[in-house]
Amino acid sequence: MRRASFLLTRILVLSIGLSSSVSWPVYGAEKEKTIRWAADSESGAPYAFQDPKDPTLLKGFEVDIIEAVAKKIGRKPVFVQNSWDGLIPGLNRDTYDVVINGIEITDDRKAEILFSTPYCLTHEQIIVRANQEGITTMADFKGRIVGTLKTSLAQRMLEAEPGIEVRTYEEETNALEDLRNQRLDAVFFDAPIALYYAKPDTTLKLVGAPVGELSYGIGLRKKDRALLNEVNRALLELRQDGTLRAIYERWGLWNPIMAKAFQDLSPSTGQPTAYDDFMGARGGHDTVTEKLKLYWSFMPLLMKGAWTTLEISVLSMILAVSFGLFLALCRMYGPWIVRGSATLWIELIRGTPLLIQLFFIFYALPHLGIKLTPFFAAVLGLGLNYAAYEAENYRAGLQSVPRGQTEAGLALGLDPLQTVRHIVLPQAVRNVIPPITNDFISLLKDSSLVSVITMVELTKVYGQLASTYYDYLGTGVLVAMIYFLLGLPFVRLAKTVEAKFSIHHKGR
Amino acid sequence: MESEPIVSIRGLHRYLQKQHILRGIDLDVFAGQLVVFIGRSGCGKSTFLRCLNGLDELDEGQIKIAGQTLEKSARKTTASEFSLQQQSQKVRESVGMVFQQFQLFPHLTLLQNIMKAPMVVKRLPENEARDQSRKLLDKVGLLAFEDRFPSQLSGGQQQRGAIARALAMSPQVMLYDEPTSALDPGLVDEVLQVMKDLDREGMTQLVVTHEMRFARDAADLVVYLEQGQIVEISPPEEIFSQPKDERTRQYLRRFL
Repeated sequence: MRRASFLLTRILVLSIGLSSSVSWPVYGAEKEKTIRWAADSESGAPYAFQDPKDPTLLKGFEVDIIEAVAKKIGRKPVFVQNSWDGLIPGLNRDTYDVVINGIEITDDRKAEILFSTPYCLTHEQIIVRANQEGITTMADFKGRIVGTLKTSLAQRMLEAEPGIEVRTYEEETNALEDLRNQRLDAVFFDAPIALYYAKPDTTLKLVGAPVGELSYGIGLRKKDRALLNEVNRALLELRQDGTLRAIYERWGLWNPIMAKAFQDLSPSTGQPTAYDDFMGARGGHDTVTEKLKLYWSFMPLLMKGAWTTLEISVLSMILAVSFGLFLALCRMYGPWIVRGSATLWIELIRGTPLLIQLFFIFYALPHLGIKLTPFFAAVLGLGLNYAAYEAENYRAGLQSVPRGQTEAGLALGLDPLQTVRHIVLPQAVRNVIPPITNDFISLLKDSSLVSVITMVELTKVYGQLASTYYDYLGTGVLVAMIYFLLGLPFVRLAKTVEAKFSIHHKGR
Repeated sequence: MESEPIVSIRGLHRYLQKQHILRGIDLDVFAGQLVVFIGRSGCGKSTFLRCLNGLDELDEGQIKIAGQTLEKSARKTTASEFSLQQQSQKVRESVGMVFQQFQLFPHLTLLQNIMKAPMVVKRLPENEARDQSRKLLDKVGLLAFEDRFPSQLSGGQQQRGAIARALAMSPQVMLYDEPTSALDPGLVDEVLQVMKDLDREGMTQLVVTHEMRFARDAADLVVYLEQGQIVEISPPEEIFSQPKDERTRQYLRRFL
């Protein structure tokens, strides 16, 4: 019951929101006391990731750093999840205040945002299969297939060299998997990733000297100069009082480059406790009972993701089904200008990718002064997109009602509108129940795209868990089952409704 | 005749694409008459009937029916002149129509089919509409079937239901477009019987049909159409025994 009323509240809020274009719910009202920071927890260890011991917790050296920084500047850190590609656009639309997620300080990024002084310096690392010889420097990449992460500095370094076939990946684990399966000759990663994902794997090895030098910075909006100064001062203090070094030692990331840059050449004393913890927790799920126990520990996160998926899907579908009907009626019965506009709208929406539409609504509309919360943007984006498809379903349904039915209605004295409303539409709606059900199932799956606008739904949770535990198969099966179970009740419901109506259609 | 005709048609023309379907029809029908229209397929008799309630738009001429006028006003002189569509809307509230394919609404029960138009158009309260509809169902002998859906009824039952549905709007004139052509031979009479009963009660009925026996038994006038024109208007006893026009004789030879 509480869930139902929650849903109703959301619908209510949504409809109010749609009617007034100005007063969107504002978040981050207590901006003075908090610092909202964003990262993609799917980007994995050691940056920011789901704690293998308790997947509901966020861990990582960047989590430690931002918490230390927040403490120094007297603010409460609030985490905002966003997909990596969306981190900078989300910052610029004021969804959060800073980003810290292994973002290299580069000139093109500097054009978009401010960077703090580097909080971490590291290098690129070459990874090959354990039994492989002949690749130790970048020069050896010539004529080979090399994998790396999308939009990373490593990618640009590879592409600057002629003769290398570069393959880019969203997930480090996928690149390593392809290396293991001999689809790649080498992988080229930032050293921290190599350390956490490749080094523990006995089938792989890290080779060669450190390549290049890269520095990660905390990203801020261009206008937040004051905050930048605060952050820089905090970083300096953390460096001077040894906090920063302690964090890196715990994560096993302290390296000569940082020692030189931070002017702290004293020998390393700290134990990499965080590194050991991570390796210890991630491994050791080999027996069936341990695996099941692990999966059981995923449940809170998965359920939360599934609920978000369901909530967004159901609300989008309600929007799609009602707005789609409106579009279909406009397209079929409107005067030519309305008909033309509806047709154009439908074709425009159907002819462009949903992902682009979501990006547009969330990241582009703020430039026009319309700033939606991620949830509204998700529902609106999916809902409007599917409305175009539902409109076409309705149109087919309306057209399938014989012309004679309309004439019978008109002959009885109903006006054209009443005829559509009382005679044609009720029959059309019965015809479109099956295709609309199919579309709902598609929408349920397409809803995974909303992770690009900070929504943590089922597929995002899958990515987070799978990349933390390096278990794509088991987690994948689990998530697939949840999607299936989510869709099942709606398929059954549609079958029941369909069966109930079918009697009226016999031998028309 | 001393009284005004309830249907009065002057110079009715209808074009469809480039074809000249109706070529100048003049006709008067008086209240209570049952007029049967016969003729070959494509002679324009269905189009003629559909012009009477505006389902087909007339191109020239004037139709006065049940106190309303249908006329294409090429020159809009006053604001009070309505478009043909608006005129048709008025006409349809007092002229009922029955179709060859019945066209009962498949998503509604028989009773709901009959209640629909009075409730939507005349805003009759549901209980009143129900009482009235039941009386009409009783009249056409279908009260026992009120909760059935059209798909659960025979063709004859559906067509009787369709007549009751049209009567629910208390029309002054009833139009029938080949009401028995889609029926099995055994089901034809039950429909024709309803029409005969209505005739006895004084309903004005215009019927397009191929049922010559019905025309002979029940019609006040029989109209023979050919190529969009009225060839002959005669009482049935004349037209079936000694048609005035040679073309009528040719056509009726098969039925005599």
